[in-house]
Amino acid sequence: MVALWRLLLLGVPIVILEILCRSGAIDRITLPPPSTIAVDMLRLLGSGRMNTAIANTLTHVVVAVAGSIVVGIATGALVHRLAPLRRVLEPLFATYYAIPIYAFYPLLIVVFGLGDAPQILIGFMLAVVAVIVSTLTGLDSVPAVLAKTALVHRMGPVATALRITLPYAMPHLFTGMKLAVAYAFIGVIGAEFIMSRTGVGYEIRYAFDNFDNATMYPLILLVLLVAVVVNLGLDKWERRLMARRRGL
Amino acid sequence: MIPIPPAGPPSLHVSLRAVTRVFRTEGRVVRALGPLDLDLRKGEFFAVVGPSGCGKSTLLELIAALAPPTEGTIAFEGQPITGRVPDGVGVVFQENACFPWLTVADNIAFGVRRLGLDGPEVARRLDHALTLMGLRDFADAYPAQLSGGMRQRVCIARTLVTQPRLILLDEPFGALDQQTRLLMGDELLRVWRDTGATILLITHALDEAAMLADRIGVMSARPGRILEIIETGWPPDRDSRIVADPEFGAVTARLWRRLREESVTSLSGTSLSGTSLSAGAR
Repeated sequence: MVALWRLLLLGVPIVILEILCRSGAIDRITLPPPSTIAVDMLRLLGSGRMNTAIANTLTHVVVAVAGSIVVGIATGALVHRLAPLRRVLEPLFATYYAIPIYAFYPLLIVVFGLGDAPQILIGFMLAVVAVIVSTLTGLDSVPAVLAKTALVHRMGPVATALRITLPYAMPHLFTGMKLAVAYAFIGVIGAEFIMSRTGVGYEIRYAFDNFDNATMYPLILLVLLVAVVVNLGLDKWERRLMARRRGL
Repeated sequence: MIPIPPAGPPSLHVSLRAVTRVFRTEGRVVRALGPLDLDLRKGEFFAVVGPSGCGKSTLLELIAALAPPTEGTIAFEGQPITGRVPDGVGVVFQENACFPWLTVADNIAFGVRRLGLDGPEVARRLDHALTLMGLRDFADAYPAQLSGGMRQRVCIARTLVTQPRLILLDEPFGALDQQTRLLMGDELLRVWRDTGATILLITHALDEAAMLADRIGVMSARPGRILEIIETGWPPDRDSRIVADPEFGAVTARLWRRLREESVTSLSGTSLSGTSLSAGAR
């Protein structure tokens, strides 16, 4: 029932958009009908013309996400143990997302050249702080009795983090990871948009510059679909893990 | 201070000599405990009762080496306790200390897997603990699916599998209802007989102490000291039905007589020694 409503909520606007496009209320130069975009996307994927761009973008996102999760959780766990360092850093984390990270993009290109590194770095920089912050929140939620339990089992700080505190903080870590995926997509595709020679973002920009709606809109749809599917998958996984913990 | 021989008499399992614990908070010095002397005999069931805030839990943390004493010495099996939780000591806390992401079986096996024992031995001990604590049907359940009493059994079982020679329990049934507490008391007595371990039980419930222990240490209001040690004289094969025994009433009454004055003192905010009571004992 809920699924049906969800489908309606998504489907009705698309149908309305389709009618508006077909009737000429929205002209084809601005937006082709959604059905045409979908067919164009399948054709584009079938042609294999975008395979390199898609592979590049996904690789960059995966590297940025993996890097931000590993570095973010490790940094979060370390900062959580060092209270004075945390007091220094916490206001910086809180204001971090006020920084327009893309402003550093030209600098990154100067330093690393026009290769993969600047795009991955932008994705990483956007994602990592979300992971650090959620790791800190998660570790704060660990009850004192579990820390004592670790001492009773004569566990050192690393074993305690890996076996007790981080597993306990998993719900918060999941929030951080989902944010990391979203931020990494934004970072990588955005960077490709601005200045790059490959990737889905670059292809969208290139199509835009050439009034190539038959390429631009299908690629936008593709990005949308990939982001939604990845997040839905993470969400499903999280629900399955959390259901046990909540005793459902 | 009485010097401790390198290997104490075999009947002495734990000994505390002139132990104190002092907290310094916001420039105030609060003496939470002691000076306190206490000897636990090997294999006995010892309960500690005392008014709230008297430092009962602090006493347990000192023996478990979760916190250092400010003065004095603590020895376990003749060896002074320093820094680390000694080998052979298990602790059960009042709060739910189950790991919510692990099944009951994995929770219980957690401690024993850390000891690096081989698979069959882990399985054997897990099996024994599951049976002893009546958790066999719940081995694959997650803690969230269990009641408070069942979760506390899981925590006790997790301690048992490490085969501790000294089990410290910090108000383990404090969060449970009265019936469950009586039944858990029976479980604990069975565990005690089964393992032969020395048990130190911290509790605020006089009837619990009177029902379970061989000896009961009555603590004073803060700074906590042992005022009196009461021997119950129960047979080793006792169980919760002992509450119907007239002698049980006598022991409880004696405990309360001793404690009443201390509890009033504790509530009114001034302790016997006149030490200020401004912060919690923990």
